[in-house]
Formats: sequence, structure tokens, C-alpha cells
Amino acid sequence: MDKFTNSVYLDEDKCVGCINCIKRCPTQAIRVRNGKAVITKKFCIDCGECIKICTHHAKKARYDKLSVLDNYKYTVALPAPSLYGQFNNLDDVNIVLTGLKKMGFDDVYEVSAAAEIISSISRKYVAAHPEQRPFISTACPSVVRLIRVRFPNLIEHLLPVVAPVDFAARYARQMAVKKTGLNPEDIGIIFISPCPAKMSAKNNPIGIEKSDIDAVVAIKDVYPSLANKFMRDVADDPEELAVSGKIGISWGRTGGEAAGLLTDSYLAADGIENVIRVLEDLEDQKFDDIEFIELNACEGGCVGGVLNVENPFMAKAKLEKLRKYMPVSRSHSKDILEEMDMSALGWENEVTYEPVFKLGTTMQESFAKMNQINELLRKFPGLDCGSCGAPTCQALAEDIVRGNAAETDCVHVLRELYYGGADEKE
Amino acid sequence: MSERDAIVFKYTVSDDDFTRAGEASSDVKRKLKQMNVSPEVIRKVSIAMYEGEINMVIHADGGEITVTLTPEEIIMELKDKGPGIADIEKAMQAGYSTAPENVRSLGFGAGMGLPNMKKYSDDMSIDTVIGVGTTVTMKVKMI
Repeated sequence: MDKFTNSVYLDEDKCVGCINCIKRCPTQAIRVRNGKAVITKKFCIDCGECIKICTHHAKKARYDKLSVLDNYKYTVALPAPSLYGQFNNLDDVNIVLTGLKKMGFDDVYEVSAAAEIISSISRKYVAAHPEQRPFISTACPSVVRLIRVRFPNLIEHLLPVVAPVDFAARYARQMAVKKTGLNPEDIGIIFISPCPAKMSAKNNPIGIEKSDIDAVVAIKDVYPSLANKFMRDVADDPEELAVSGKIGISWGRTGGEAAGLLTDSYLAADGIENVIRVLEDLEDQKFDDIEFIELNACEGGCVGGVLNVENPFMAKAKLEKLRKYMPVSRSHSKDILEEMDMSALGWENEVTYEPVFKLGTTMQESFAKMNQINELLRKFPGLDCGSCGAPTCQALAEDIVRGNAAETDCVHVLRELYYGGADEKE
Repeated sequence: MSERDAIVFKYTVSDDDFTRAGEASSDVKRKLKQMNVSPEVIRKVSIAMYEGEINMVIHADGGEITVTLTPEEIIMELKDKGPGIADIEKAMQAGYSTAPENVRSLGFGAGMGLPNMKKYSDDMSIDTVIGVGTTVTMKVKMI
């Protein structure tokens, strides 16, 4: 399988070839060529910024349709904690969970419950490995991918524990097999996700060989019928299905994972540009005495994911209200791990540096290309106007030496050529 | 080494703006990552250069940095017109600092600047004249 797959893609019919997305992309992965945006897959980290900025709704995310439920004999829904932040006046998570069953899922298992287990495993790992400090959270797949392509020196600080949803999926399948006696492949484990990057993480799991997630459906696809019909139907008498508390629910917003570590020595940054600033400073060793660094590509954390319905900050406020009267934690690692294989929690595979931004295959080639870039930059005006389809003059120069663009893509170079250097007013 | 193999980048370090210190090292980092340079070399260069930049802001009202890349090594020349270093031996001691209190209160000036620059470069030389300025030249080997 391709080392990097992407969930973000372009709807060509809707793209008008403007420069909004190329300017916003944090890894400069997008160019406008022949009037349409083109995403360079290996540079894209699936952060969803282009989906948020595109006024023409031409950037989309791949995820599964709800009809995917029909492919399995038995299905388990894994609702992300951010789902609970989408509803008005929700005071009992059981209504959401029972509503999901009414909707057609055979069972539910909260990702927030898995998150409490992961919090407890993380606390033990962090305490046992002081030499690896500061630890960087690995639950956000966009952040992990960004570090893999751009911050090789920080890979050793990644917390090598599986993401809550990966643990939830593995646990849910084992429980479903026990309960039903069905073959594992007849069971559909379906993540109800705020995040398109989780789709890529399903296909290219982080730190594990194979993800147990069978399908990823969008919160925004589940929301209308769940909120307007199924939750209303069950609101008076929901089943007791909720098994998570404050710690688990809080993973849905920024600072939640860090809070679950029960440490005072942490920082939590959200929004991809802020994340990049923290990683740059971390690489220069500007922070020396910190235990844990929580990073979320989306503003507000997972509630800021593009597959949500509610405004991220409102969703965050709703989560705060909901968690107020909850117990601190309701899922305890001891009980669950007795039923499970311990290896399900640590990374099985090494996460490696992928130098996708290198200019040439050898250092010599890269040197030659860097020299060419410097020469090209002298010809360009430095306005970063985007007319060539690249976000900056520097990016155009890089494209040219990579063989993906021409000097005359620059309108200023073209004008020079056309007027032969003469004063164009004459 | 032929002329074509050397690549030179020049940066200006601003006089009194802490928030901008690190811009030059960030840019160099980004370029090294495009040039098949090993992560370990990138680490050394970025830390050494960032410390140097901060020093130029704290002690010398900024200055000029010239970074020369060759396939064998990276040479960073940090040139300022500051007060000069009166006692290099003392300045090289970990924890020794002449940074003013207002700078220390921001978390800088812990006396680790020059020691870290020496630690993370393979070769470092200091050319300083009191009242005229200081030039620090650091080299990091590519392999």
C-alpha cells in the first residue's frame, strides 16, 4: 500500500482556481495548475485547512456513507467524544448512545471510555520514561504526520501509545466476537468521526500494523436523523450504556488529553499554525522543563474537526457543561486489560522520518537545485502574489527545479519577456 | 570544493525584538530539510544558531548572519557591532552571564548561550574587540 494516503480531495467541477487554499495550506501542498487546485499527496497532512477556507466547497474529505452498516452482520458504533458537544441541552450521554442503537447500530462503545484507558496507560509510560521528555501527544494523526515529514528530531518524543479510537476498535471487536459468536470479519466497527484525517489513519495506522476500524462515518452525516428523530424517540427512557467520565469526555477538546495525565507540567496548543510554532521552538530546544505537549491540528481540538456540525467553541462549551456532574473516570485499565492483550496499547511499529520535502535524491543533486532556486529567486518579484499557482515565489522556484513549473508561469517574468525589458508605458 | 558547490544565505538579526530571534535558524532548518541533510546535523545547526541569534539580540543590538553550506560542512558566521566580550574564558563557563535583569526575567540569559553553541558545533572560534564587535564562527560537519 502507498505509504501515505489522503482523505482530502478536490471536486474539480467546483474549483474556480482561486488562491485561497494555496495560501492557507500549512505544508504548501497545493498548487493551481490549468485553473484547478492540485494537491501533492506526499506533502498533504490531512489537516483540513483547505476544506475550511474554500469558499466554493471544492475541497472535500473522503469518508464512508452510513449505508456501510449494511455490509456487516453486526455493527458497533464508536462515537468520538466531540459528538456529545453537538447537541443543545444534552444532559445525558445515554440518550446519544441509545439513539445510535435505534438508528441501526447493534451496539456502541464510547471512544471516551477507551481514552480513559489510554490516559492511564500514558501516565504509566510517561512516569517510567523520564529520558524521553518532553512527550508529544500522538492522538491527532495530522500532527503525527507533520512531525514525520518535517520534524525528524522530534520523532523520539512521540508518545508511543495507540490513539483511543484504535484501542476502542480493537476492544469493541473482541467484545462483539465474544458476545455474538460471529467471525471477526462479520462485525463492522464504525467510527463516528469529527475528523477526515482519521480516515487516512484507518488506512495507514500510526504505530500499529492494522487498524480495527472498518469504516469512518462523519458526525455531520449521523447528526440530522440522530438529533431530530432517534434521540427524541429514546429521550425518556435511555439504556445505561455510558461508561466514561470527565477524563474521557475531555479528550474531545484541547487540553483534555493533557488533563488526563494529571500533570501540571504541560502545554496544549491547537490550530495547525500554532502547532507548527510549538514544534519549531521545541526543535530549537526553547522549552526545557516540560513533561507533556498536547497538539491538535484543529482549533479547539477535535471539536474543531471539519466533519462536525456545531461551532467548535460552542461545542467545547457544551462539553464543559456536560462533564460538570460526571465522575472523574469510569473506565479503569485494570478491569479492561484483564480481558485483553496488553500489546494492544503500545506501538508495534516504528514511526519513521519521511523526508518528502527534499529537492533531490542525493545531497549533491539537492545542492545543485538549491543553487538554481537562489538564481531563480533573483528574477522573481518577491510579491508572493500567487498568480503562478504557487503560494510564494520561493515555492514557484522549488516547483521549477522539481520539474513541475516553468519560469514563465510568473506573470512578472512573462511581462519582462513580452516588453523586452522596455518601459511598458511607452 | 568548487564555487558552485557552496551556497550562501544571509540574514539580518533585529536589534531588540526577542520574538523575532529564531527566524534565521528556522529558515536554515527548512532549507537543510530540503537538502538531504541528516536530522542530527539539522539538530546541531538549529540549536547552535538559535542560541547565537538570541545572544546577538541580548548583547549586541542584532547583527548579520552568513550561513555557508558546502557538501562537507555548514559554516555559520555571526557578526555584530556590540560591546565585545571582555573575558572569553568566563563567558564560555556554563551559568556565567552578563545579561541584564530584565532579560533574565524573560527566561533568557541563563549563561548557557556560548557553552551550548560550542557543544552543538564541531568547531567554534570567537573574534572579539572591545567596543567594536564580535564575530563568532561555528562549523558543523555534514557527516
